[in-house]
Amino acid sequence: MSKKIRNNPLGINMDRRLFLKGAAAGLAATALPAAAEAFDMSAFLQKHFREMTEDEIKKVIARLEKEASLEWKKDIHISAAKATPGVKFGYGLDLSRCIGCRKCVYACVSENNQSRSPQVHWISVLRFKKGEKWIDLENSEKYYNPKQVPEKDFFYMPVQCQQCENSPCVKACPTQATWKEPDGIVVIDYNWCIGCRYCMAACPYGARRFNWSKPDIPANELNAETHYLGNRPRYKGVVEKCTFCIQRTRAGKYPACVEICPVGARKFGNLLDPKSEIRYLIENKRVFRLKEDLNTNPKFYYFFAT
Amino acid sequence: MKVLFAAIGNVVKGDVRYYAWLAFLSALIVAGVGAYLQQFDKGLIVTAMRDQVSWGFYIANFTFLVGVAAAAVLLVIPAYLYNFKPIKEIVLFGEMLAITAVTMCILFIMVDLGQPLRVWHLLPVIGRMNFPASILAWDVIVLNGYLAINVLLVLYALYRLSMGKEYKLALIFPLILLSIPWAVSIHTVTAFLYNGLSARPFWNASILAPRFLASAFCSGPALMLIILQLIRRFSKIEIDQKAISKIAELIAYTIGINLFLLGAEVFKEFYSGSIHKAPLEYLFFGLHGNSRLVPWTWMALLFNITAFIIFLIPKTRESFLTLNIGAALIIAGVYIEKGMGLVVPGFIPDTLGEIYEYWPTMQEVIITVGIWAFGALLYTLMVKFALPIYTGGLIGAGKQRS
Repeated sequence: MSKKIRNNPLGINMDRRLFLKGAAAGLAATALPAAAEAFDMSAFLQKHFREMTEDEIKKVIARLEKEASLEWKKDIHISAAKATPGVKFGYGLDLSRCIGCRKCVYACVSENNQSRSPQVHWISVLRFKKGEKWIDLENSEKYYNPKQVPEKDFFYMPVQCQQCENSPCVKACPTQATWKEPDGIVVIDYNWCIGCRYCMAACPYGARRFNWSKPDIPANELNAETHYLGNRPRYKGVVEKCTFCIQRTRAGKYPACVEICPVGARKFGNLLDPKSEIRYLIENKRVFRLKEDLNTNPKFYYFFAT
Repeated sequence: MKVLFAAIGNVVKGDVRYYAWLAFLSALIVAGVGAYLQQFDKGLIVTAMRDQVSWGFYIANFTFLVGVAAAAVLLVIPAYLYNFKPIKEIVLFGEMLAITAVTMCILFIMVDLGQPLRVWHLLPVIGRMNFPASILAWDVIVLNGYLAINVLLVLYALYRLSMGKEYKLALIFPLILLSIPWAVSIHTVTAFLYNGLSARPFWNASILAPRFLASAFCSGPALMLIILQLIRRFSKIEIDQKAISKIAELIAYTIGINLFLLGAEVFKEFYSGSIHKAPLEYLFFGLHGNSRLVPWTWMALLFNITAFIIFLIPKTRESFLTLNIGAALIIAGVYIEKGMGLVVPGFIPDTLGEIYEYWPTMQEVIITVGIWAFGALLYTLMVKFALPIYTGGLIGAGKQRS
């Protein structure tokens, strides 16, 4: 299991001779302006998202859209839609229904423009053996691969960003590149993240992903409807994570994972609306949240409908 | 001024061994820079770090070196406060070691960043430093502050010495006083960096900061012991035997404390036997058949205990052969314990219970060696610069140091 991920997905292997060549080439490259192909002064000096005026945001987005369209040869739209007042998003996941099919995982990948190689997944589905210790993470299996799901002796628990109200990642970030929006979504400014990965050490749910190399998304698979704080194409060396599909949910749609789930295990809604489905579930079902003892106060509720 | 130029001139002068040493270090640095440029181009994918173990060899080296930097204080306290003469003579070299170690720390952080060009986002005013919430922001402040303090102290001391005078204590005393808690703070804050994460039970133990300090006060002075002997060997500087013995005695105490704290932690985890013992189990016995760090953990323990015995017994402590063996053992022991042995098990098992065994790639090793070589070069040049000033070799015979 651990072997598989150890494999270097890009196949970057170096022997000593290659390395020495690389060293020489690299040194030569610094002297050439060619090394600065990607260097863009306005990108370098770009301000923090929350420090920019509406005007500046528009300019930055225009630049980013241009960059992206040049790279993928198609028009890309980056929205900066704000949170709707009176909305705080919450998520429910019915463990009694989940069959472990991972349709959510891949719907998320194509909606949110995650890297295909190396693979980046925002949702991890864990498989547990029935009749053993309850939620024994250490003995869970993330890389299960049966012919068919669900399997008789197992149950499944998908884990993604729990959108904590008291988020350890936000506290940890040394540059305020990640923060909680008014609608409760924890977001990242991919142009401000320095890639120190302290947030990844701080997250108790393994929800954060790092772009170890340049994300690879085929142009025909790129989702062109994006949000600045959500699924716009990311850079190498920055952290990313689930945003409850901010580009969809702020436009009144369900997250992709909710929509795709073939068994209706995934629920989503406004926690501030007493008549919402999510509120009904929290009030009427046996709900729990992961690692409650850490006081992170997640807005992601697991429950049993049956 | 004349002295300054003469001192700079002295840096480029030396015998064959000196040039060979500089060439050797430069070669390693060039290799490191080359490997780094590749990493810069391809991304951190060239390392063995992944989402499960998101920090590795770089941060391990960083952590060890913060300890080395902090330990310079061990020399400062007796030198200035108690006016303990034999140590006062050599405190300058301790401060220069601190400068070197902090510089290396900053380099290790830089090579670990996914977006190194954006490092200015970390700074107050021009960036958007998350102070006081983020402990990493605190670390940036204390490390740079510590660097500044030590640079000032060294520059001042050298300035006075180059004039052929003793340092005026009254002038820098407040700075010295400040440097003592500050040295403790850099290692405490670095410990808190890990300690504050409730997601990682291995680090989220109150004993972490005391253990950091105890281990730093083993390896830092041990490194000083070796460096002082080298300086004595390669220069005309007289380093008092009493100073060496004093440092060796201090190390005996700190190793004892360090071993005790380790014992306390091992007892708590294994006796209570909660699921949070998994990382320690991984270190000492391996977890679900994964045991990459096990031999290293035991080796470090063996080294630390052997060094403890060597430093505890006056006879072995005073014999140069055994003293140096002890110093080497404790440096290696702490390097393993406070490096890979601290960083990696924090991520094993990861927060969702997965085990990914991390071991640095060749590229990580080359970059790391490059930074160490840079540190060695920096220290060599600084010592070479300071030595003639220190010995008064550049000053007229009439201006003997008091």
